[in-house]
Amino acid sequence: MDVEAMHIANGIVNGTVSAVFAAFAALALAFCAWRARADLDDRLAPMAGLVAAFIFAVQMLNFQVLPGVSGHLLGGTLAVVLVGPWVGALCVSTVLIIQCLLFADGGLTALGLNITNMAIIGTAAGYLLVAGLLRVLPKTPSGLGATALVASVVGVVAASQGFVFEYWLGGTTQLSLPWVSGTMAGTHVLIGIGEGLIAATTVATVARVRPDLVYALRRFRKPPAPVPATTAAASATVSGGPA
Amino acid sequence: MGAGHAHPLHLARRSPVHALAPEVKILATLLFTVVVVATPRTEFAAFGGYALLLAAVTVLARVPAGWLARRATIELPFVVLAVALPFAGHGDRVTWLGLSLSVDGLYGAWNIAAKGTLGVVASLLLAASTTMRDLILGLDRLRCPRVFTQIATFMLRYLDILADDARRMRIARLSRGYDPRFLWQVKAFAVGVGALFLRAYERGERVYLAMVSRGYDGRLPRPEAGGATTADWAASAVLPAAAAAIALTAVLA
Repeated sequence: MDVEAMHIANGIVNGTVSAVFAAFAALALAFCAWRARADLDDRLAPMAGLVAAFIFAVQMLNFQVLPGVSGHLLGGTLAVVLVGPWVGALCVSTVLIIQCLLFADGGLTALGLNITNMAIIGTAAGYLLVAGLLRVLPKTPSGLGATALVASVVGVVAASQGFVFEYWLGGTTQLSLPWVSGTMAGTHVLIGIGEGLIAATTVATVARVRPDLVYALRRFRKPPAPVPATTAAASATVSGGPA
Repeated sequence: MGAGHAHPLHLARRSPVHALAPEVKILATLLFTVVVVATPRTEFAAFGGYALLLAAVTVLARVPAGWLARRATIELPFVVLAVALPFAGHGDRVTWLGLSLSVDGLYGAWNIAAKGTLGVVASLLLAASTTMRDLILGLDRLRCPRVFTQIATFMLRYLDILADDARRMRIARLSRGYDPRFLWQVKAFAVGVGALFLRAYERGERVYLAMVSRGYDGRLPRPEAGGATTADWAASAVLPAAAAAIALTAVLA
């Protein structure tokens, strides 16, 4: 079993601050669930499940960043591009809840903190960048890939600074804050670049083969082609078509 | 991979803890962890009491201690942080074996190590005694919003698909003599990840259609009876109630 934990454990941040952030996370997720209801149709529900499963699975594939420091995807930006900000935040938090309950990764009382950092701050930062960058960059697979790369780096670093903020509010020990902030930002830029490369290639591949599945491109699409035709054509492309 | 309802941390046993309804176990774990985290860090005896409570549950659930200890290594990075604290902390310092240690740092290290370990062990016991499917059922019965249980259900369905496809692709890659594992080979890794996503989506789409055609309506079928009995609630309340009693006595004394 790999020794790695990106998630905050119990007892790192004090009880009061944990409770405040748990309440904040619950409110934010309730809002997301309300907004997601409009998005979560028959097509997006399984996609949301797959994105969650994918984030879950890819979080287990570690790659070396520095000696002794391994990184894995947080997945926020990937979720934003593929299923939108509301469902995306719900996907990431579902992963965090299941990891906490079934894999003991991240403390139960720190769940609010972890959700705030990774599912809300990371996703929101990623979404703002994706929405902004897609206005100027070409709406092609490579443009989308570049967007995902930049948004991932910023989203991951923003999420890591969320921890620094919580630690400043209610850290149970006195470590110098600039040191914590600098260490977190430094390692997370590297993690973000790795995450960005993976997210970029994934969304570029999906955009190339199944553009109908990319939520971020929905707004820019011409009147949608009949769905069954698109699906059939795309499946034929993937399987190489009839010989 | 045949057992689709198990997960790596599940231990199939017959024990009173395994037999409890999932929702009462989730609630008991949550309340216990809240009590542990809320306990002031100077109440050393209370933490000993919590450890004894968890030991009793471990014996009841017939979980081997070695298994727990190995799985608990997931919190090692935080223990490393804890070891660094006495050296890096500020405030009053004490000298011990010629080392100058910060008092606040020592308390902080103890706080993280004790609360972290107790929380991890409690979660591990929940995971060891509950299958994934039961966990979702429990969350559903605790009135967890349906959008979560829906996403979680699909996530668990698709995890096996992803794992199987990833294994096939890995074997294909290895049999062609390529094994990317360094930073400068991340592109090959990422291309593989993109392909994996599409393959899994195409399979997942078929799984979803199969589920819909068999009557799936956004919720997995639930056993008609089931649900926690009063005895279940009473049995599971013992853990958080005992913990709360220990915390109260420690704080009042």
